[in-house]
Amino acid sequence: MSTVELIATILGGLTVGSALMVVLSTHPVRSVLFLILTFFMISANYIMLNAQFIAIVNIIVYAGAIMVLFLFVLMLLNLSKDTEPKTSVLMKISAAIAGGVLATVLVAALKDAAFETIENADNTIGLVEQLGMLLFDKYVLPFEVSSILFISAMVGAVLLSKKEKQIID
Amino acid sequence: MEGTLLNSGVSLQFYIILATIIFCIGVLGVMIRRNAIIILMCVELMLNAVNLLMVAFSNYHGKGDGQIFVFFIMVVAAAEATVGLSILVLLYRNRKTVDIGLFNKLKD
Repeated sequence: MSTVELIATILGGLTVGSALMVVLSTHPVRSVLFLILTFFMISANYIMLNAQFIAIVNIIVYAGAIMVLFLFVLMLLNLSKDTEPKTSVLMKISAAIAGGVLATVLVAALKDAAFETIENADNTIGLVEQLGMLLFDKYVLPFEVSSILFISAMVGAVLLSKKEKQIID
Repeated sequence: MEGTLLNSGVSLQFYIILATIIFCIGVLGVMIRRNAIIILMCVELMLNAVNLLMVAFSNYHGKGDGQIFVFFIMVVAAAEATVGLSILVLLYRNRKTVDIGLFNKLKD
């Protein structure tokens, strides 16, 4: 096993381990912190795959913005270990079996998938310059449309969380 | 691990299996946990597994389109998290809980 493969295996193990801790830890804040760790690990995997731009954007958008939002809501609602809803043992066992079967089937189906080797694949595509050229040339319309998506999400969030007279109940 | 080598020296199959396992952990989390916020987080985990697979295949083909799609998935995930969390805050204001087993108001 070469050094690169060893590093990739260790990174993969750490990614899977921290992802499992997100599901298994009982304290919600601890779950969020482990998810942030998982995102950093996935960013390290992106760097292994020569995708520097995506690695940085992953840290800024996911670990920096989305997870801080989650942490904010958790702390606003003042959730802790005592308020954490309990799942029954039967439910846990059946969920573990279902998840395990899904993983087994997918891994067994994909393990022997054969891919032809692509000669001289360009390994500089992950750099900001290359991706920027592609984003503002071929994908400029989806890029502009995504701003409309953001505006509607922002308006929706403000509208939903605005305090108004409750007519339910 | 045997298989098609990417130009970093790691096989493509390694990333396929890694992404599959992370996706299944996300599915497991959605089924096991009853805290609605944790369930939203597990959905983010599944989206990240797909992103990882997309970047691996983009590296394999030597084309940037896959990484642009990862960028757009992040945009949609950010929008989804904002709206989802504000709906959850609204639900918490009404019911004083985040247990998804108790969100059954539409039933009656």
